[in-house]
Amino acid sequence: MTETATSQKTAASSAPFIRIENVSKSFGSFKAVDSVSLAIKKGEIFALLGGSGCGKTTLLRMLAGFETPTTGKIFIDGQDMTNIPAYERPVNMMFQSYALFPHMSVEKNIAYGLKHEKMTDAQRKDRVREMLDLVQLSQFGHRKPHQISGGQRQRVALARALARAPKLLLLDEPLAALDKKLREHTQFELMNIQHKTGVTFVVVTHDQEEAMILSDRMAVMDKGQVKQVGAPTEVYEYPNSKFVAGFIGSINFAEGKVAAVNGDMAEIDLPSMGGRFTACSIPGLEAGKDITLAIRPEKIAISRENPGTKNAVQGVVNDLGYLGKDSLYKVQLPSGMIVSVNLVNARRVGEYDRLAVWEDKVWLSFEPGSPILLTN
Amino acid sequence: MRWFNIRGWSDVTIATPYLWLVIFFLIPFLIVVAMSFATRTTTSPPFSFGVTDNYLDFRNYARLFQDDLYIRAFLTSIKNAAMATFVCLLVGYPMALGLTRVSKSARNILLMLVILPFWTSFLLRVYAWIGLMGTNSWFNKLLTSAYNTLVPQAWELNSIHLMNTNFAVVLVTVYSYLPFMILPLYANLEKLDMTLNEAAMDLGSRPFRVFLDVTLPLSVPGIIAGGLLVFIPACGELVIPGLVGNPSNPMIGRVISDEFASARDWPMASAVAVALLILMVGPMMLYTYYDAKAQEKKAMEP
Repeated sequence: MTETATSQKTAASSAPFIRIENVSKSFGSFKAVDSVSLAIKKGEIFALLGGSGCGKTTLLRMLAGFETPTTGKIFIDGQDMTNIPAYERPVNMMFQSYALFPHMSVEKNIAYGLKHEKMTDAQRKDRVREMLDLVQLSQFGHRKPHQISGGQRQRVALARALARAPKLLLLDEPLAALDKKLREHTQFELMNIQHKTGVTFVVVTHDQEEAMILSDRMAVMDKGQVKQVGAPTEVYEYPNSKFVAGFIGSINFAEGKVAAVNGDMAEIDLPSMGGRFTACSIPGLEAGKDITLAIRPEKIAISRENPGTKNAVQGVVNDLGYLGKDSLYKVQLPSGMIVSVNLVNARRVGEYDRLAVWEDKVWLSFEPGSPILLTN
Repeated sequence: MRWFNIRGWSDVTIATPYLWLVIFFLIPFLIVVAMSFATRTTTSPPFSFGVTDNYLDFRNYARLFQDDLYIRAFLTSIKNAAMATFVCLLVGYPMALGLTRVSKSARNILLMLVILPFWTSFLLRVYAWIGLMGTNSWFNKLLTSAYNTLVPQAWELNSIHLMNTNFAVVLVTVYSYLPFMILPLYANLEKLDMTLNEAAMDLGSRPFRVFLDVTLPLSVPGIIAGGLLVFIPACGELVIPGLVGNPSNPMIGRVISDEFASARDWPMASAVAVALLILMVGPMMLYTYYDAKAQEKKAMEP
């Protein structure tokens, strides 16, 4: 019986629960959202990630019903929601500023959405209790929003948005107003609550770390368009464009030309890195094609001795930053290019037994599978 | 010794308005209070102390309650001022709310229009109303013919009696004091966080419900401020009831003026003035209390 339930759940979650079809939104001549199509599954945490002005908030507001798409359609659970006003959508939102009603107690805030539901006063009371327990604020029901801390306010906002058991919960920069320690704690609490309630979450954030930790899948947006959709690992390890590669984490770029393709491997001439390198090939690659090789700082090995492998190049330490758990080296190659390399400080380092310091000559090397090849 | 001393200058700056209030409000007011305990005589100035057995004469205050002229005048004043305040609120609230909902450039123009009437003499504007309300004016004729087409023939009128009524006083007071209601309301509504409205809508409330649940309760300080700014001066209003009001049913401002000027009973006039002030200080203190509470609340927010 458990198996049937599980398989049913998988079947349900594979069908798109929220469909955004070719949605555009213009404000005057400015196109905030430009033909975006997305399919979001039931019960997942989906992140919209992008810099400010990329259209992620406008897209969220269209899901909430505060903005109407200029063109395109939005479906939630099979129903066309494009022209349904916010107050009739099975969608609730947790605002960035929390937007708690300052003249109502915590309890009244949470109960606010329930007064339109068909339920008895006792049921309403129970639901408020349940929500307060869920966010661990049972002691604070009678306080006013200005009498509780920022982190508690954030949890009240979450409880209020979840009280009506929405089909979709929208979170606008949910952790932006919290300090770093509280943020880490809250991230896991949010995921926990999502698993408990099973509500589909759409999170808007400009913080890539937040998006990577929270989300099952994410969409990277730029200038109103979706650049890539995928699981965090997919977007990080296999970005499909220079923009996505550069936006998520830090990365080194080198421009060059394909010299030869030998089965799975490609030989690439990179004048800026001073030589020919080997990388795992991608489909559609042929000799003579322009290419960008992108490699993340933590995927480059650094050593004093020549490792004697392929893809090794010598340089001089130009700058060095100690970040605690790792160190960041900026290594200048003979061609002038500066390569960033991350080295995890697996053991304790003293001032004088570092691998290399300023002006030291070091060797950099990487596996053929490590770099990302981008043709655009 | 430097002539420019930050502390010294800041003390002077703070002291100046208080000094002003002491010289031009507190001292004259104390004179009025003292005068209200004097006795009317035929001397010049027309009052003296110690005419009766007691040095202080309380008969002026006793007369406030004995002669129903004063009580009636107070009641008329309060009734007219309360009605004018209420109508100002009904008319001004939508205007103030509308101001917060239009674009920034349109808002500046509309705000200018709200203040524009102040650029013409107040008296001229009241006289304009007198012209409009007179029995032979086109305005009155228009209203009369509109009224006559709506009612059965037996009720038809030659003209509508507008001048010298309490209705006229309320109408002109509303017209004159409307900006004093709109501006504090606008200042309050403009500061309200629009995301609160969105949050209420998101939680299932239709726009009118959002207004009742969020905008209205949060604009109470603005309503109180605007209400007091209209109610207090409207209570003591002298010019409007004098020009368009019913002379046989005077408001308190008129009574004070008559006692001082025609009756030359300065002590009685002073007693009425003191009573009016006490009546006004009540709502004023209420306002300060609410204002302080609102400030306190704001201070507690991060």
